[in-house]
Amino acid sequence: MFESLLHHYNYWMFIGLMMIGFYAMMAKKNLIKKIIGMNIFQSAIILFFISTSVKGGGVTVPILEHPEGAQGGFVDVMKYANPLPHVLMLTAIVVMVATLGVALAVVMMIYKRYHTLEEDEIALIRRKQGLKC
Amino acid sequence: MLGETSILIVIIPLISAALTPLVGLAREGLSYLCTITALTLSTLASVHTLFRVLTEGTVHYGLGGWPPPFGIELVVDPLNGMMLVLVSAVGLIVAVYSYRGVEQELTGRMVYFYTLYLLQVTGFLGILITGDLFNLYVFLEIASLAGYALIAVGEDGAPMACFRYIVMGTVGACFYLLGVGYIYISTGSLNMADVHLLMKGLYDSKVIATAIAFILTGLAIKMALFPLHVWLPDAYTKAPSAASALIAPLMTKISIYVMIRILFSVFGISLFVELFPLNRIMVWAGFAAICGGAVMALAQTDFKRMLCYILVAEVGYMIGGLGLANAIAIRGAILHILNDAVMTAGLFTVAGIIMHRMKSHRLADFEGLFQKMPFTMSAFVVCALSMIGVPPTCGFFSKWYLIHGAILARQWPFVAALLGSSLINGILFFRVIEVGYVFQFSTPAHTHAGEGMNRMEEAPLSMLIPTVGIAVAIILIGFYNQAIVKHIIDFALPKL
Repeated sequence: MFESLLHHYNYWMFIGLMMIGFYAMMAKKNLIKKIIGMNIFQSAIILFFISTSVKGGGVTVPILEHPEGAQGGFVDVMKYANPLPHVLMLTAIVVMVATLGVALAVVMMIYKRYHTLEEDEIALIRRKQGLKC
Repeated sequence: MLGETSILIVIIPLISAALTPLVGLAREGLSYLCTITALTLSTLASVHTLFRVLTEGTVHYGLGGWPPPFGIELVVDPLNGMMLVLVSAVGLIVAVYSYRGVEQELTGRMVYFYTLYLLQVTGFLGILITGDLFNLYVFLEIASLAGYALIAVGEDGAPMACFRYIVMGTVGACFYLLGVGYIYISTGSLNMADVHLLMKGLYDSKVIATAIAFILTGLAIKMALFPLHVWLPDAYTKAPSAASALIAPLMTKISIYVMIRILFSVFGISLFVELFPLNRIMVWAGFAAICGGAVMALAQTDFKRMLCYILVAEVGYMIGGLGLANAIAIRGAILHILNDAVMTAGLFTVAGIIMHRMKSHRLADFEGLFQKMPFTMSAFVVCALSMIGVPPTCGFFSKWYLIHGAILARQWPFVAALLGSSLINGILFFRVIEVGYVFQFSTPAHTHAGEGMNRMEEAPLSMLIPTVGIAVAIILIGFYNQAIVKHIIDFALPKL
């Protein structure tokens, strides 16, 4: 039990981070804190993908030192980390940065309208103005 | 002669989205023309691709010349060929319609609106056409991000509604990404066809079960399946009318398409029906969505909000139909994707016209609308009859297949929910029609003195023609439903 926990520590850390982010998104009243939670949540997934590309000991970055070896047709894949999750996560990071940008812009709009970022205070302001929230 | 048109469907709106702000610098109106041109070309390309698919079979296109399991591949089969035509056509029609609404509601921001509009359509078309799981995530996020921005610029309260949507939508997208990660770990591939082949030996793997759970939950958030629908009514009610006319009909349908693609083309039908009780869960989720959506719709006093809850109920039709897992019900669910997108587009364009003229979408402000806008309201009646499911309109036929399939599967609660929801739709829409007519009887003072009140104030032609066009399309799809089912949908059905 303990051994398997130790062996897969990267998965446990990713689950822990993800749950911290999820908690912040759902439970925090402050909108900026929600965004921070969202970012932790996304980063956990990035770290999970990256950790899957690791292969035991002695592997290195996938840069071919001997181009003639590559042209010969065969590259020993066990010497190199899997590059695909890294590439996928570069794309995912771009997507997440864009999400963060849109979320912050929307929070700016909210602040200009209500002059607060607390969710319950905004609901109170809207109720005072006779609007449904 | 035309060569490869499948890639053009996505590329043209994408490049035009970059061109639109440049063209818009010179004159604002040019951005509108740029959007219309791009979407017209994209629609033509998707129609051409659909005909090619129907004559020659599935079309494959390897991006950058990489062979499929390694590179990203575009795949068009009858199912997504039909969806591509549907989405690009609805995108085009709503774009033509949107000009006056954008001019009024988003004064001075037209260039940005059309840039985002094109990105939104690019995202939708990309989701449909791609044959790669990760690429699908990227397009899903392009569509969602453009959607967040379009919704946030709506009326008062829209930013807050949009913020909730961003938080929930991001969770949905991340769940999908995580599920894709699990699939990648266990199969080592991201190409849908390749994953399907590699999956065969892994059906009892717990990792695959987790992947299914994550992907389906993520998609359920994106499609606003009943308990996860809370972001939808606020966001779509407060969005600008042109934006809601584009996003509301298409986003939910496209998520359902993705679910069909993942369940049938990636995981395979045997996993779906035999190994998990997934189909029963889906029928009950559909049942809950229909009941919940219909009951909530009854409580609304706002027209657009009522439409949003009807949309939630409609999602239940399709999810339940897929869960019934017999050929007739799935045929009904796929036909309903087509029908519902057209009907919802019609209803939201009507809501936009009323917003344009009356500056409101509350039901109480609808008095006397039939006299003011006879053509708009006739289009509304056609859409409403189709939603209820009255025979010559297209809504009847997909409901017929769904009910027939539910009876074959002996899912009586689902049959009852389908019939009950039709009745509730009847109540909802006749309430609107009643408010629209009742004015002339309830206030006789106006008939003598207030001649001005009964003057015709029909919508501008650029809004009216697309709306009436959608109403005509509803009736035409109804008449030609046999042809659509026979030539397109029957090829899209999974082998049962």
